[in-house]
Amino acid sequence: MAKSKTPLLDQLESGPWPSFVSDLKQQAEVRAKNEAKTEFQIPQTVVEELMGLLELSYVHKRGHWKHGGIVGVFGYGGGVIGRYCDQPQQFPGVAHFHTLRVNQPSGKFYTTEYLRQLCDLWDFRGSGITNMHGSTGDIIFLGTTTPQLEEIFYEMTHKLNQDLGGSGSNLRTPSDCIGQARCEYACYDTHALCYHLTKEYQDELHRPAFPYKFKFKFDGCPNCCVASIARADMSFIGTWRDDIRIDQEAVQAYIGGELPPNAGDHSGRDWGPFDIQKEVIDLCPTECMWMENNKLMIENKECNRCMHCINVMPRALRIGKDTGLSILVGAKAPILDGAQMSSMLVPFIKAEEPYDEIKEIIENIWDWWMEEGKNRERLGELMKRQGFQKLLEVTGIDPDPRMVSEPRSNPYIFWKEEEVPGGFKRDISEFRKYHQR
Amino acid sequence: MAFISSGYNPDKPMEDRITDIGPRKYTDFYPPVIAKNKGKWLYHDVLKPGVLVHVAESGDKVFTVRCGGARLMSTTHIREICEIADKHCGGHVRFTTRNNIEFMVDDEKKLDPLVKDLESRKFAGGSYKFPVGGTGTAITNIVHTQGWIHCHTPATDASGPVKSTMDVLFDYFKDHRLPAKLRVSLACCLNMCGAVHCSDIAILGYHRKPPMLDHEYLDKMCEVPLAIAACPTAAIKPAKVEFGGQKVNSVAVNEPRCMFCGNCYTMCPGMPLADDVGDGIVIMAGGKVSNRISAPKFSKVVVAFIPNEPPRWPKTTECIRKIVEAYEKSANKYERLGEWAERIGWERFFEKCELEFTHHLIDDFRDPAYFTWRQTTQFKF
Repeated sequence: MAKSKTPLLDQLESGPWPSFVSDLKQQAEVRAKNEAKTEFQIPQTVVEELMGLLELSYVHKRGHWKHGGIVGVFGYGGGVIGRYCDQPQQFPGVAHFHTLRVNQPSGKFYTTEYLRQLCDLWDFRGSGITNMHGSTGDIIFLGTTTPQLEEIFYEMTHKLNQDLGGSGSNLRTPSDCIGQARCEYACYDTHALCYHLTKEYQDELHRPAFPYKFKFKFDGCPNCCVASIARADMSFIGTWRDDIRIDQEAVQAYIGGELPPNAGDHSGRDWGPFDIQKEVIDLCPTECMWMENNKLMIENKECNRCMHCINVMPRALRIGKDTGLSILVGAKAPILDGAQMSSMLVPFIKAEEPYDEIKEIIENIWDWWMEEGKNRERLGELMKRQGFQKLLEVTGIDPDPRMVSEPRSNPYIFWKEEEVPGGFKRDISEFRKYHQR
Repeated sequence: MAFISSGYNPDKPMEDRITDIGPRKYTDFYPPVIAKNKGKWLYHDVLKPGVLVHVAESGDKVFTVRCGGARLMSTTHIREICEIADKHCGGHVRFTTRNNIEFMVDDEKKLDPLVKDLESRKFAGGSYKFPVGGTGTAITNIVHTQGWIHCHTPATDASGPVKSTMDVLFDYFKDHRLPAKLRVSLACCLNMCGAVHCSDIAILGYHRKPPMLDHEYLDKMCEVPLAIAACPTAAIKPAKVEFGGQKVNSVAVNEPRCMFCGNCYTMCPGMPLADDVGDGIVIMAGGKVSNRISAPKFSKVVVAFIPNEPPRWPKTTECIRKIVEAYEKSANKYERLGEWAERIGWERFFEKCELEFTHHLIDDFRDPAYFTWRQTTQFKF
């Protein structure tokens, strides 16, 4: 095949931001030269052809990938997404171009030794093109052929001690923030909980048994760096229930201008001298802070742990010591009936191994959703259809004002018969004795 | 290109099979300073855009250099990352949720050589390989989906608009001059694999034409009842259609009811929506996921449609630039874009961002629409 010309893509090589086109080109060249003498198991020209196909999309302003086919590895219903191009005669090298999702390590920390092992495998049996990482968190291998799938899985499990991630109506690959590994705000060990639950629920991750996808995400604090509240069916968000720890000397250092507010995040512009009243106390959403005798005071019982004051003065204020997490449920992207955020189900729970209480909540929710959920109905949609009260019923959790932003503004309560003294069975003749028709 | 077996025997797939082992354990990969101080970090400082220091109770420090990068990444590029990590960081590296690369060193002396090395590396086409920035109030990397490079339902590309937008916002990536964090995200259709619906600025691919009906093949390619059930507005019904002199089973679409979500196409490849003119970009603004000061918010549609303009999407990037500049000029310190828009009022937001308010921006989708109309006399002229 003659080398594709890509005049439109070429225009994405200029400008300062790293150019994926330049990267694809260097990869095409490395494959063409093959100095490493790799015995490529899929076409050597795969990257050029991928660029050729993408150029065609830039001309047509339409994608050129067909619907996925059903491909996978034996015994798994997820982890591989079939992909075929719709111009296989013109671009035979990408006629099959399947995706593998590879379950990333917590916190996305790597050793170079391991990354190179991944690269070696993927150069040998695939396109050498990846996403670091996909939106859900997996390492994404983009582009291989059907005969290579089992071979890749075999090598991955036997040589790299590494498994695939989730796709389809499965538990999707759970993901977490950097957490306690390098963040002083983390209220629980997000890596430990994410890893534990990922291992615990391998069957749910690999074998589709759910009505639709299901996501776990683990945020160490209410700053929500992995956006669990917006995109996870179950969002685990760190919090604490005792007092914010205050270092009054450091508070004075902020007031005196010796320490930059917000850890130096505003350094690119002159915002004037730091004003603790204006920048911290007045912005506190619960108005639970004040200065007294040159000391910063916090009425901790009234604090809702929004993180603002801690974010502004990380050297003066620290999260409490009695830490745990909140569980919120039901987030999803707009398709179909509009976007939903997760709603508060468990205001506080300790996050301690073996996490039995957390697992009990998860499994109760899954039992309900698998029983009642329609095909392609996310948990949040089932909650809307059957109601939050049903969720409390199936999880056995007691109602709490922390679960709502406000009580209902209509009185249309679906009273149950057992809740009303005497039940619903009444005698109309007895009633008529006192009330004429 | 002879086939080389891994050892897998297709006749006996269960032989020596290893399954359900999950991911590698995180402890295999922590740099020593992280392993030692995990859970004992005291505070952090952002030394300059892209450079952080975290200080532990033990007195240990870890210096992190954050680099932008395309999430579409070749093994050649990953090998270069490995080379850098070996040279400066003892063979350790990490990636962030927003597709940044983080190189960590445990000694301040190692910091400058690392930053210089990173900033000196450029692709043959001239762009930086590892631009340093994206911390704090700098605009960090755009999280995005696949787009035309690998997805079957996209209404726009992903990598191209992201590259174009980050080129335009590059100075903001390198500088801490915005009032607060500003997160940009892109999803190439409303399936929103990227879950962009809570971003300060969301770039969303959207179709505007109802599905075409491939009557000849539709019944052969699809489970028709699934396609019908997939439609959120019940716009699809079964139909017998005359094709090539024969009556074939197919579907009919009530076009005025179509919301262009593409869910039917997900279930039935005989109903493609993609179109060079119909498809394009929706701009949404004012969302956030953090609980800081105010509750998390959804992004709101502020531009109903911008055509796809490959290779550089100039109208899209211009619109984003206007929003960012207006926000930079007028928001208070610590105020997120959505908080700013709510404080000044959306009528003022459109004025300051020089965006036209059209009828498309008034919600008419089911019950929640009512709650977005204005039930008060309070407004600004």
